Parts: sequence; C-alpha cells; structure tokens
Amino acid sequence: MTVIGAAPLPRHDGAPSLELVGFSKRFGALAALDDVSVKVNAGAFHALLGENGAGKSTLVKCAMGYYAADEGQILLNGREVAITHPRQAHELGLGMVYQHFTLVPNMTVLENFVLSRDHLPAVIDWAGERRRLRDYFATTPFAVPLDTPVADLAAGQKQKAEILRQLYLKRNLLILDEPTSVLTPDEADEVLSTLKALTQARQLTIVTITHKFREVNAFCDTVTVLRRGQLVDTRPTRDLDNDTMAEMMVGRRENRVVVERETRAPGAAVLSIEGLSVADHVGQLAVEELSLEIRAGEIVGVAGVSGNGQRELVETLAGQRHAEAGRMLVHGEPYAATRAEMVRHKIACLPEEPLRNACVADMSVAENMALRAFDQPPASPDGVRLKRAPMRDTALRLIEAYRVKTPGPNAPIRALSGGNVQRAVLARELSSDGDLLIVANPCFGLDFAAAAEIRTRIVQARNRGAAILLVSEDLDEILQLSDRIVVMFDGKLALQADANRADVGAIGRAMAGH
Amino acid sequence: MQQALERIAVPTLALLASAIAFGLLLAVYARVDPLETFALMYQGAFGTWFSWQNTLTRAAPLILTALCTALPARLGFIVIGNEGALVVGGVAGAAAGIATSGASPLVAQLAMAVAAMVMGGLWIALAGALRQWRGVNETISSLLLTYIAIALMNHFVEGPLRDPSSLNKPSTWPIGDANMIGTIPGTDVHWGLVFGIVACLLAWVVLRFTTWGFAMQVIGGNPKTARMMGLDVGRYVLLACAAGGAAAGLAGMVEVAAVHGRANASLAVGYGFAGILVSFLARHHPLAIIPVAVLLGGIGASGGLLQRRLDLPDAAVVVLQGIIFVAILASETLYGRLLPRKREG
Repeated sequence: MTVIGAAPLPRHDGAPSLELVGFSKRFGALAALDDVSVKVNAGAFHALLGENGAGKSTLVKCAMGYYAADEGQILLNGREVAITHPRQAHELGLGMVYQHFTLVPNMTVLENFVLSRDHLPAVIDWAGERRRLRDYFATTPFAVPLDTPVADLAAGQKQKAEILRQLYLKRNLLILDEPTSVLTPDEADEVLSTLKALTQARQLTIVTITHKFREVNAFCDTVTVLRRGQLVDTRPTRDLDNDTMAEMMVGRRENRVVVERETRAPGAAVLSIEGLSVADHVGQLAVEELSLEIRAGEIVGVAGVSGNGQRELVETLAGQRHAEAGRMLVHGEPYAATRAEMVRHKIACLPEEPLRNACVADMSVAENMALRAFDQPPASPDGVRLKRAPMRDTALRLIEAYRVKTPGPNAPIRALSGGNVQRAVLARELSSDGDLLIVANPCFGLDFAAAAEIRTRIVQARNRGAAILLVSEDLDEILQLSDRIVVMFDGKLALQADANRADVGAIGRAMAGH
Repeated sequence: MQQALERIAVPTLALLASAIAFGLLLAVYARVDPLETFALMYQGAFGTWFSWQNTLTRAAPLILTALCTALPARLGFIVIGNEGALVVGGVAGAAAGIATSGASPLVAQLAMAVAAMVMGGLWIALAGALRQWRGVNETISSLLLTYIAIALMNHFVEGPLRDPSSLNKPSTWPIGDANMIGTIPGTDVHWGLVFGIVACLLAWVVLRFTTWGFAMQVIGGNPKTARMMGLDVGRYVLLACAAGGAAAGLAGMVEVAAVHGRANASLAVGYGFAGILVSFLARHHPLAIIPVAVLLGGIGASGGLLQRRLDLPDAAVVVLQGIIFVAILASETLYGRLLPRKREG
C-alpha cells in the first residue's frame, strides 16, 4: 500500500556529491555558522578542519537534520533536498559517525546493528540477522565480536562498530566526526585506507572532521577550513602543507612554546607495581602479573591497542578497582588507594573521559576543582567544616592559570566543552605538585592547541621531578613525551625500551602481539 | 537560577495536577463538589487552631521518617524502609522505657531515644550494607525489611513484652505516665515536632556546611570519581543509612513516648510510607521536608472532617496521597524540559 502524495525520496547508488550553500546558524548571540558554503565532490575524501568551536560540528549537524539551519540549502547530486530530520538524511543515504559513541551500551553488537535498521519488522528473525551480519563481516576489512555488549568493547572497537554499522546500512555519504581519536595509528590507517578505497571505487563519499594532519595528508583529497563559524577556504590537499593548514585554522601563527625536556637522570622509584593482576568486570584477568617501576622525573609511556588491560591498570592505580593479586608500593610503602595515602604521597590522576571518570557532572566547576582538597585548609580549616569562599577563590585562580573557558566557577562542569573539562581536571590534579601522576589518554578528542598545552603541562611536571605513568592509545604522543616506553599486550608488558633508542617498528609489532 | 525555578515549579505543577485529578474523581465518582471538598480540607487542616495542632501532630513523625529516605538519597540510594525503621525504633524505645521504669524520667527518655535510634539506624544500615557489599538492591531490601520489622513487632507485642491486661489490642507494658515526653507548652502538639525540625536543621547543616556532606554529594553524583578521590564510599553509605534509620527510629519512639504510651500495632499506620512521599516531594532537601510534611499532615488531618461532613470514606485522603505520589514520580521526567535551555554550539 502506498501513501498518496508521499513522493519517494531520491536515493542514489554510488557516491553522491553534496553541496552546502550559504549555511548560517545562530545560538543566541553566538553565530556558530556565518554564510558557509562547501562543495563535496562525488567520491571525495573531504576533510573539515578547524579548532574547537569553529563550527564544524554545527555544519554537519545542520546537514544531517539534527539542527535546523537559519539559512542554507543542501544540494545532493545537484538536486535540492530538504533535510529537517535525521531520518530524512538517512533515507537519502547520509550517515554520521560521532566522536562520542551512539551505540546502545548494554545491548550486543548484533542487537545494535539490527536496532538501527530503517524498517524493523515486528518479529525479528535473529538467526537470519546473525547469519547476514556474519556474512557481511566476512567481507569487511575489520570485524567486531557480535555477541559482546557494546559497553564491554574497547574504545577502538566501538568506533569500528560505529563505522561498520553505517556501511551495513548502505549509507553512501558518511560524515565522520573525529573518527580516529580512539584508534591506534595502525588501526586508523586500516580504517581510513578501507574507506579511501571505497571512495576511489566511487561507492562512498566521505566528509571527515579531524585534527590530525597526518591523516589529512595521507587520505584526504580536499580540505575545507573553518574558523569561528566562517569559511576560510577549500583547497586540494596537494596544494597545502602543514604550516599553511595550521595558519588557516588558527588565523595567525601562535608562538607555540615547546617545553624543553630537561635531560635529567631519573631519581628514586616512586611507584613500584609488583606482580599485579586485575580482573575485568566479567571476572577475567585483564592485567596479569604485571610489574613496573616508575622513578622520579621520568615519564613511562604505556603504549598498546585499547582493550589490552590499560583501563583496568589505570583504574586500579586510581582506586576505582581492586587488584586480585600483587601489590603496589609508593615511595616504598604499600599503597591501597585510600584518601590519606593519596594526600601523603601526592598522587594525581588524569583518566580518560574526565567528565565520566574524574568529575561530578552536576556539581559546579569550583566544586569539581575542590575534589582533591575540600577536606584540607583553606577549604576546610579542620577537616569538618566546609568553606565555600576559599573554594571559589582557589577555583578562580585555577581557571585563570589554566585558561579554563567557563561562564564562571559556579557553572555546572557538564556545561563545559571537552577540552575545558580536561583543563579543569588538569588544574585540580596538577595544582598540588604531585609526586606521582597517572595519566590516561589525556588529549582524547581535543584540538591540537589544547592537546599541545596539556602535553606541555605534563612535561613540566616531569621536569620538576614527578613520576608519570602515561597510558595512551596515541603512539605519537607516547613517542613525543616518554622517557621510557613499555607496550602492553593482553594484560602483560610485551616490550620495554628507552624512548631515545626505541624502534617504532618493534613497538608496532609488540602492540600487535608479535 | 533556571534550575532553582524548576525545583519549585515542577513539584508545584505535580501538586496542582494531583488536585485536579482528585477533584475529578470526587465530582464523577463520589458526586460531591470538589471545590467544597477542598475548602473543607483547608478548614480541617489549617482552618482553626485546633486543626493546626492536629496537622502539626501528624507532621512530626512525617518529618522524621522523611529523613530516612532523604539522607541515603544524597548517595543515590532509594531507601523506602522508613516504616520498618519506625516500627523497630518504637518497639526498642518501648522496651527501653519498660526496662528503665523507676529511673528518673530524663534517664528513661534518653534511654528510649537512644535505643530507638540505634535500632532504626542498624535496620537501614543493614539495607545499605547489603547493597554496598552484596549488590542487593537497597529499595527492595529495605521494603522487605519493613515486613520483617512488623513481624518482629508482633512477636514482641504478643510475646515477651505483652501486657496481659491488653486484651483486644495486644500491647507492651506501658512505659508509665512519668516517662511520657509531653507536649510543647501552650499546645497539644508533642515534642516530636521539635525533634523533627531540629533533625532537619542538623541534616541541612551537615549536608551543606561540612566536608561529610560534600563527600556524600560527590558519591551520589559519581561513585567512580569518589573512589578516584580515595573517599571511603562504604563508610559513607553505612553512616548515611544509619542516620536516616535513626531519624525514623526516633519517630517510632515519639509515637510510643508521646502518643500511645506503649508499643502496639498502632505504630505501623503508614507514617513511614508517607515519609517516602514527603521526601520525594521535598526533592530530598532537609529544609523543604518541613513544609511538605506539614502539608501532608494537613491532608491527613482533614480526613475526619470529610468523613463527618461529606460522608466520604476515611481512605479518601489516602487516595489523594497516592495520586500525589504518582504525579511526583511522573514529574521527574520534566526536569530539564520545562523551561527552554540555551543549547550548546
């Protein structure tokens, strides 16, 4: 039965072209987009560059129908289309992969894929769906376990699942919002080169929002740069070098202060991990008899593909998870992650996804900045009374020193952008001049200016003699910052090397388990 | 600012909606004039000095039992075992009163209060401990503990503590007139009201102006972060549950030492369950509990007048309470949607 009057939406096989003409969007007084026009050719791998707040996300959300643009037309294959709802975008073959994951965490991969089908029958033939999906995964360059709840997948696997789902739903124009921020370089290359091959075969058009010049240079053919809601330019990648792109993004050349890594001999051991075993949430050993020592004034980088026990290791050190066996020593004393020990040994922690792991989203910026010291002077003269005024003064000082962009110290921290949440947490954790700093993926999802700043602060802490454990899925970050590099694979250390003698090939092989 | 407005607007809307629903029920089913009914309810709750005293007397135990839900709610726990904590508190209070009969009234009253608060505190702390170390849902366990509490009360009232002269309604021995805590001078309202108000003020001061309250807010907001900060989550869970249970236990002691003079089935008449409603209406805020408890106490107090004048059943006001509870729970979904918010760019 057909509904009279509902004309079928145009749907094209093969890669479509997309033209966004004259897009403007205001949020109150803020012009998020001001007359931006972008043309994406059929089969292009088109990069959208810009700093945080440049309007990239707003632009693609307008194109996908999540926001109603104040002005602007969308031409798909040269024909004007109206997209007022994401469902229309989906029917036209437009799909989006977000920086933040959109799969339902407590459902399995299979259930998520079936759930997102456009026309779901009332009775689902699970055996058939499973067979179809398994056959489909056999044709894709990477796959994800079908029956694992998405919450249990590592970040890299989640992102793969997100991209696979879009392809499975036969979307032929994909908008990727920082798709590789959780992937290792090899994984990123694997994903991107697969996508690149699909664009070259004219099966797919891709618009990607990214901060990584390496990926732009390697995979993208065209680059559009936005700055403060305005279009700077669209140019072929081959006409651009990194300096030019950076200049287009930030407008002027900033004096990037590169922190000198002081050459210093490492001091005494601050953290000793001895034979540590940690179970994951289903009770399987995620960390197995791991031993590692970190000395004062050195950064030990833990490289590895996500899901090899890094998260469990960091959570154990942070006090969020209990060890099954083994022990941890800080300054030679047994460490059980109590508040008294954290204060005495000056332990600081920068976990990944700080809003979820290191903040109370509903509490204010000032309160979140006080989480480490609210029971010590000046916030509390005696450990019992709580004084709000010194808390706010401390917060104002930290907001200023760490350039946290916030409406004020009393704004709830969830109102801040990701980079500013990370800065606020960094301010709290570093302001006590910690002796031991545990850092996990500190620059996840940040633009390069914010990432550079945070890395600078970490190196500064090292220069003043802190012992730092840096767990990161970004190998470049590890190579750039570490004094010593270890690779974690399957819950064990697969390789240990001094950073200046590190062989990247050997590290890559260790990460892959060879 | 918007949030503060919402915190007041949403419960007000829910109350209004419940009043309309109750009014429709009255008009359609009971065939009485809703407006006249509401006017009578006002009369019965707040119209005269007599009705005010009746209202406040009913509000006193509600204030205390509401704290039993409100304090653990700070940690993200939903405890609904208020009735059970009240009952064990009442029985323990009566037992202490009987044991200390002959001592000076002050000693006996203190012994009753301490015994009631310790028992009530342990009762709810048990639910907290089961959740913290055994993963048992605290809502279910505290509710089920209520039935155990009532069974225990029946055992003591009909067995070891039974006064043989209580024939129709088995009761414990009386605690003695000398040990009753009496009324606030110049009124018929017993001292339980003052206990309740003091307890709420104390809870507010602790939650707002101490590091303990701050730590509880952190634990309730994000337990993972709390652990990263090295906070002893288990200890806070036990303490908050125990403090809430102690408040409800004290309500039981007040019922014994100010109203009935002995423990019997009259302890379990629903003050504990109504306390859950008060806490939710007050959004678990200790100061808001006081006016909300007075409002609910007033609704309860007006039941008699409705029965006499309009020939409505006794349970009519309980129906209103139920409607309010459903409306309040449903209104939880309105937060963040009622008023337009600035969107993030």
